[in-house]
Amino acid sequence: MALLEIRNIHKAFDGVGVLKGVDLTVNKGDVIAILGPSGSGKTTLLRCINYLETADQGTMVFGGKEYDLAHTSKKDIAAIRRRTGFVFQNYNLFRNKTALQNVTLGLTVVRKINKAEADRIGREMLKRVGMEGKENSYPIQLSGGQQQRVAIARALAADPEIIYFDEPTSALDPELIGEVLNVMRKLAEEGMTMIVVTHEMSFAKDVSSHVIFMEGGNIVEEGSSKEFFENPKKERTREFLRMENVR
Amino acid sequence: MSFQEILQLMIESFPKLLMQGIQVTVPLTVISFTFALIIAVAVAMIQYAKVPVLSSLCRIYIWFIRGTPLIVQLYMVFFGFPSLGWKVPGFTAAVIVFSLNEGAYCAETMRAALESVPSGQAEAGWCIGMNYLQIMRHIILPQAFRTAVPPLFNSLISMLKDTSLAANITVVEMFFAAQRITGRTYQFLPIYFEVAIIYLIFSSALMALQRACEKKLNSFGADRG
Repeated sequence: MALLEIRNIHKAFDGVGVLKGVDLTVNKGDVIAILGPSGSGKTTLLRCINYLETADQGTMVFGGKEYDLAHTSKKDIAAIRRRTGFVFQNYNLFRNKTALQNVTLGLTVVRKINKAEADRIGREMLKRVGMEGKENSYPIQLSGGQQQRVAIARALAADPEIIYFDEPTSALDPELIGEVLNVMRKLAEEGMTMIVVTHEMSFAKDVSSHVIFMEGGNIVEEGSSKEFFENPKKERTREFLRMENVR
Repeated sequence: MSFQEILQLMIESFPKLLMQGIQVTVPLTVISFTFALIIAVAVAMIQYAKVPVLSSLCRIYIWFIRGTPLIVQLYMVFFGFPSLGWKVPGFTAAVIVFSLNEGAYCAETMRAALESVPSGQAEAGWCIGMNYLQIMRHIILPQAFRTAVPPLFNSLISMLKDTSLAANITVVEMFFAAQRITGRTYQFLPIYFEVAIIYLIFSSALMALQRACEKKLNSFGADRG
């Protein structure tokens, strides 16, 4: 059974359709890259799945339970979020908390884990993303790449079943992108289920198991990563890939 | 009066004025500002969360307070309320008015500070499963307070000086005490100069407190960058 299934999701902002009936199936261990030009609805799709935006219509099956994306109770939303992680384009680390506190806040406040245990988990997660030694640094004292790695550690701390990445490297200086992608690659190798909205073609090609190409609120083409890059079926996909290769 | 006598008067009146300041002006300021802060945080949070009805009531409250003179508000409560059958002692009336008045201004400060926290901060909180109150308490309010400290101290220092208006409703605070001495001695300049100095001492203490506060309040690493 699929871990996550999205059916017929619709979302419009001020009458302008951003998602026009997208379907998505994610199995455990999948790494799905969502590609597409700006404004294609990739980010909105992720935000709707995690209820940062409320979809106008659509169904989500997650962990064997079915939810109406337009009408999910606050309690269910909180429960779903506790089982998922979200990594933002601009990190959104809590500015008033140290790196370690950023990772442990959800553990102590949401899960009521005692401080000593939370700190132990927090240090372990920071180590996993190569941020040991920076436990007491505030976000402002860290580079963008370091902040994003702390953000990934924060998402990992909850031991999520799936992590959503919303253009995790788009706000980074080119020389900092690698350190974040390496962490994500490692997670993928460890079997973490991930959906990654990205512009990094090499990441999509080398790391993801599936690729979804979106445009204008619809899925244009999807398939295994290998097939998508080696043998794209739609002319629009080929055009997009040509453009990206030039870049 | 000779210069010697004026000096003598100033030396004699200084402790009296200072005591009145410590016993009335300071408590009036501290009590009123404490209530004002509570009002401000509550009103700002209601507006930030856009609670229906309550939000509109808060706007009307701020509109009224900001649009009317403090002295008129003092007179309404002290001289006006007894005609409704509610006789309010001067000090109480002053506390009520200063709390409500300062509360309205500080609420605007707090609201602006809350709104200055980027929306991504709350979103990150939602994503780790926190609820609204947890996000407010652990993320939004601490950041907003950091931003609000300088303007809040401005308000506090303003209010310390504005408490002199309470002399108009029979509260024997420092300025009232000074008026009494000048009424007896007709030495306006020395006495009012003296009282100005004492206000300056109190204000300076608050300014020092502000610096300590800003330093101690989590600077989120900005000063250690």
